[in-house]
This record gives sequence, C-alpha cells and structure tokens, in this order.
Amino acid sequence: MKVLVSVKRVVDYNVRIQVKSDGSGVVTDGVKHSMNPFDEIAMEEAVRLREKGVVTEIVAVTIGGQKSEETLRTALAFGADRAVHVKEEGDIQPLTAAKALAAVFKKEEGKLFLLGKQAIDDDASQTGQMVAALLDCPQATFASKVEVEGETAKVTREIDSGLETLDIDLPAVVTVDLRLNEPRYLKLPDIMKAKKKPIDAMSFADLGITPGAGLKVTKTSPPPSRSKGVMVKTVDELVEALKSKGLV
Amino acid sequence: MSKILIVGEHAEGKLNAGVGKVVAAAQGIGGDIDIVLFGDSLGEVASQAAALDGVAKVCTVERAENAKPMAAILAPQIVEIAKAGYSHVLFPGGTFGKDLAPRVSALLDVQQVSDIMAVHSASSFDRPTYAGNAIVTVEVPAEPMIVATVRLASFTAVGTGGAAAVEAKSVDASLPSHTRYVGLEAQRSDRPDLQSAPKVVSGGRALGSSENFEIIFKLADKMGAGVGASRAAVDSGYVPNDMQVGQTGKIIAPSLYVACGISGAIQHLAGIKDAGTIVAINKDEDAPIFEVADFGLVGDLFQIVPELTEKL
Repeated sequence: MKVLVSVKRVVDYNVRIQVKSDGSGVVTDGVKHSMNPFDEIAMEEAVRLREKGVVTEIVAVTIGGQKSEETLRTALAFGADRAVHVKEEGDIQPLTAAKALAAVFKKEEGKLFLLGKQAIDDDASQTGQMVAALLDCPQATFASKVEVEGETAKVTREIDSGLETLDIDLPAVVTVDLRLNEPRYLKLPDIMKAKKKPIDAMSFADLGITPGAGLKVTKTSPPPSRSKGVMVKTVDELVEALKSKGLV
Repeated sequence: MSKILIVGEHAEGKLNAGVGKVVAAAQGIGGDIDIVLFGDSLGEVASQAAALDGVAKVCTVERAENAKPMAAILAPQIVEIAKAGYSHVLFPGGTFGKDLAPRVSALLDVQQVSDIMAVHSASSFDRPTYAGNAIVTVEVPAEPMIVATVRLASFTAVGTGGAAAVEAKSVDASLPSHTRYVGLEAQRSDRPDLQSAPKVVSGGRALGSSENFEIIFKLADKMGAGVGASRAAVDSGYVPNDMQVGQTGKIIAPSLYVACGISGAIQHLAGIKDAGTIVAINKDEDAPIFEVADFGLVGDLFQIVPELTEKL
C-alpha cells in the first residue's frame, strides 16, 4: 500500500516572529526553518505503518521553492522512499496547494494521504480537508489513532467534545494531531542515506494547476502587547492580588 | 447586500454556544442572516437557533444520514443550499467548523478564510497567523462566495430574544457511503477541559518528575482549574501529550493562567497570550515568562505551590 505524506517548510516553532515595521509581512529571511511539526507526526505515522507491514511505499510531497528540498531530505531521512517536489515560489494558498497535492495523489495512485492538521505558519487548517473534497474521498481530521485494516481504516479524531471514531474506506485523507505519536530523532546514517534518495521535480503546469485569485493580505500587524505586570514578594500578596481582581 | 448562511453546530438537542458568536460576527458583516441545521431530529435545536437575535430564518435539513456531523456527508448538502444566493457561508471555528468548512470551500472552488477575529467589511477580515503572533488583514474575493470560520474567542454571543421563522428543507444531493460513524468517547474527567476551562494551572520541566506533578493537580483541584503543561514537561514524559499548551499544543484563553516552573519559551507563550491574567511562579527571575506575566513570584515552586494551594 502506498502512502503519501505532505511536508511543509515553515519558520521553526521556537523562533520569535517579528512583524515587519511596514506591515508587509513577517521576517522570514535569515530565520531558522524546519519541517512543520504536525507533518513530522504524519511522517512518523507513515513509517510506523510500514514497520507494521501495512505500508509498502512512502512518498513525501512538498510544494515550495528550492529551499523546500531540505524539508524533503528530512522526510527522506525519516524513512520516505522517495519524494515529489512541486517547485513553485511565492505564497501558495491552501486550495491551490490542495489541487496540486490531489493531482500528485492521483498520479501516484496513493491509498492513504497523511498530512499535518495544520501548518504553524498560516494556521489555516484547510489543506487536508480540501484534498479530500477534491478527490471525493473520506477525510478524518485531527487523528490521534489510525488503524488500517485491508481496504478501510478506523481513525480516532480529537474533537471538541471528545474522541470520535470514524470508519473510512480507502483511499482516504487523514490529518494528524499531536497525540498520534512522538516523532523519532533522526540518526546521522539515515540523514546521509536520504541524500541519495530520488526527488522528482514538477510544476503546477505539469500537474495542470492554475492558481486562481485568492485571499490578499493587505496588512500584517503584531498582536496587542500585554502591559508589564507586577512582581509580588509573597504568596499572601499573590492571593490578595488575585482576590482583588475577583479571580479566586 | 450580503446574504449570510451560518452552519449551526449542535449535539444532543443543544445548540452549540459558539453559534451565537458566529451570529455576532455575521452582524458585523451586515445583511440577512440565516442558520442551517443538519440532523435527524431538530425541533429543539431549531427553536434555540430561532431565538438568537438578528437571525432572519432557520432552515432544518432532517434526514437519517445527518444524525452525526460528518464533513463528507454534510458538505455536499451545504453546497446545494449555499448556491441559492448566499454571499457568505460561516462556520463556528471549533473542530466541527475546521473539519467541514474547507471541504465546502473546495467543492465551491473558493479559498477559505480561517478564524475570522475581526470584521472590517463584507470582504475584509483579520485573522491570526503564527499562533497569534502576527495578525493579518485579508481582502477576500466576493465572487462567487466567501467561506469562513469564526474564531469564537473573539466575539460575544448575541442575545436570545429573537423569534425567527423555522423552515424545513429537503436537499437533493447524493451522499457518499465511504465514511461511517463509529462512536464518541466523551472526555470524562473531573477536571475542567483544558481548552474551555476559565482557569488553568500549568507545570513545566522544573517539576522534575511525573510524581512531582501532583502538586500542580492539587492546586488545580483547589481552584477548579484545568491542567496544562509546557512542551518541555511533555517531552520529558511527566504528563501526556494532550496536556501540552503552546503553538504545537493547545492554544488557550482562560481568564486566569498560572504557570509554575515554566520558563516561557516562545512556543509556550504563543499558546497563552490571550489569557486574561497570567501568573508566573519561577525561581529564575530572568525567565521570559515574567515579561508577559501580570503577577510574578520568584521562588521555589515546591514551596510556593503547596502554600498557594493551602491559602486559596
């Protein structure tokens, strides 16, 4: 069974985001980038499914400029067998990304598409659901447990009211949440091996995608800052302060 | 003029409180506001939706397949209804809306707006990116339709003095059978849910072990608070993943947040900066958490936390 995993290169989660003073965006040049943490979880899950004997081939996919190749190499080090790089520069919105990913999935005749539940840069949480809609196949979002049995999968989803389980036919799209697994640490030999694995490059044009009009960001601003607080000396003082604000 | 369709979330005969907040966001856009509900028996929920101020009409779509809210089943029906002249389709921004709205958007071939936190006009909104560390203002093409989710923490629900008309609708859409509902395991815990709790107490790596985390639970129980943890505490194995507060964990906005032994890494601060009041207890007076704390107390948490538990 073939699994596709999409991986996105994003600003590392430990970077303090700086909004440009002219409001044109956030500073991304010269800033550490990493694989979107939720995509790491998706990669890890694909590898675990292969270790269980369910999956025979893992294909990592990314959409982005030249630098996204680093992210694909990370995916290959995790254990992807090969990678597809949809080489496109600039801001790519979720529906456009979803169209490209759905096209790659069809071309590859994948059985399962694993994606992070959201990317930690745009926080849209849209792409996986859109891929499922475009493929007219089942979706299970925010997965915390994935069990594949033959042509179906049982997926437990983390929703507001608790843990919901869906039974879905394959092919299907699953977006993954934090609780699904803990990604392994990459070992140097695997990182070295990843350098030799194949990456197929293609473009939107190759996939027959034309990016349409989308959301236009007219301004980027920092969130309102918190006013400087006060230091208290004792627990009594803290209790007093909280009581006076009616918080306890 | 805008014609707005709100997809109502409900469970067990109760309309989700978020729907009233979406109506408030819709009032910011202006125009006619309709609510559509999907289910197998909607009488009770429909009257709750009809009571929301500012709603023109409530449409109900009752059929057996709609008994549980599954995106693959609901999306084609929403598309059918939305195509009858609506300019906006809005969803509450919880997991229900996040699951469903993008599926609807893709079927309508429109880019979606996630997490509207402010409305500037019928086609311009603010939304958070980078876990709320940057707010972007977006201009959205009005044609053919705007699909969006509404960030519930940003709006106050409308009142319930209305009396909108309720209309049963039948939708002619073929529904897939590839997605089947198995069950729901409601989270049962005596402690309030981390994401909706008005008070949250969190512990960090400084706790040193999962046994030591007990003092955090005790303080939380005394306060009636939910319990969270930093990524460092989760990575160290003191508590499970689902307690993680931060950019890659849960983003929360309680009225009171008490951070115990948490240094305040950027990842963590991203998850708590909408909290009403932040209290930080840490022995390192230079910890970044003190830069955002409303009340800071420098000292050993193993003394302070039990003392605080006792004195509250």
